[in-house]
Amino acid sequence: MPGAAMSLDTHLLEYLLRLADSDLVLAQRLGEWVGKGPVIEEDIALTNVGLDLIGQARLWYGYAGEVEARIKGTGRDEDQFAFRRDAHEFRNLLLVEQPNGSYADTIARQFLFDHWHLLALRALARSQDARVAEIAAKGAKESAYHAERSSDWVIRLGDGTEEAHGRMQAALDELWRYAGEMFVPDAAEVALVEAGIAADVRALEAPWHAAVDAVLAEATLARPPAGYVQQGGKQGRHTEHLGHLLAEMQFLQRAYPDARW
Amino acid sequence: MTTPEQDALAAAATQADRAAERGGMRPSLDAIWDALARVPDPEIPVVSVVELGIVRAVEWTDAGLAVRVTPTYSGCPATELISDGIRAALADAGVIDAQVTTVLSPAWTTDWIAPEARAKLAAFGIAPPGRAAARIDVAGISPLRRARDEVACPRCGSTRTALLAQFGSTACKALYRCESCREPFDYFKPH
Repeated sequence: MPGAAMSLDTHLLEYLLRLADSDLVLAQRLGEWVGKGPVIEEDIALTNVGLDLIGQARLWYGYAGEVEARIKGTGRDEDQFAFRRDAHEFRNLLLVEQPNGSYADTIARQFLFDHWHLLALRALARSQDARVAEIAAKGAKESAYHAERSSDWVIRLGDGTEEAHGRMQAALDELWRYAGEMFVPDAAEVALVEAGIAADVRALEAPWHAAVDAVLAEATLARPPAGYVQQGGKQGRHTEHLGHLLAEMQFLQRAYPDARW
Repeated sequence: MTTPEQDALAAAATQADRAAERGGMRPSLDAIWDALARVPDPEIPVVSVVELGIVRAVEWTDAGLAVRVTPTYSGCPATELISDGIRAALADAGVIDAQVTTVLSPAWTTDWIAPEARAKLAAFGIAPPGRAAARIDVAGISPLRRARDEVACPRCGSTRTALLAQFGSTACKALYRCESCREPFDYFKPH
């Protein structure tokens, strides 16, 4: 059934871009901290986490290009995906494009994402698609350290001074509205779940809450109340922040297309 | 004046001559492994890419020598440098038709690091990694639910050490401090 296979590949291309774009956009945000970290160890840690995410993004983009070639005959490379698409073509989660803010904001964003990312990659490591499985299995080991580190910081700030506790709680309260999107699949994702390729994010919500709640309890922080869930990133509807991020990230390739050094 | 094409042909001919001087185009696999064992890791030059477990397989095929390597971390910036180093070492050993390909599965683990290399890491001031296999399944879920690694100071051997940062000079290392001799040191994280 070439028709069904082609349709599944179309969904897969979309799905791979979601994984890649979330990694890349978050890595770009972390890169904005270079030279401005609160202490040098954190400056280095943030960029190392960003480096892991860029590495994972490159693997997803590489496979996305191959899938695109299966569909259209030719596929884009990693640089074309990263530097030649506009905001509405990006498929990242809304959470990861949110600005760095204070260190508590950066840690809260990372913490919420890392625990989802770890669960998603572990689920994807069992994908029926061997390429997806091998990229995810590798990334899961890296994300385990990311989750451990961001959890340590949530505890350190939450269980810290009154000032640190207040900022950490406020950051969680602010970003919580973007967390729900991580657990809402659309039709394309459901089709891939049924084919055994994608992770069923609906099944990740309970273990995510368990992991997050355990850290919040130790951090003496309150889980924000469930409220309105902001969505749209995976379909290309972004907050205003993504455009600004891309303007900086893509400047060189936009001004000097195909520039190399 | 010569054209770039002529230069390239001349260089290839020189390499082939050097290969021929070494007794033919197909050194034994033992000789190949010996050559690869002299390729240092760009970040930690006291250990070789073979000792780190980065070189997964070497075999002769009809198309030439096939070398399979695996990256340590997805974003390790040394990956391309390592492939270049492998090609250069193989050219020195007389192999000019090596195909270096990257494989992701099974994912690299620090459990593949050879025992001799662990001793070299410690002598270099980097605490060698503990068992990764035992750690990976539980890590990251909650800091409450697992014990921290016991890490011995590579300088004085004390296990009274404290984690300063989960990421040190590279993604694969954490920064620790020894509470006995007070020196900071890198810990090669189990991965």
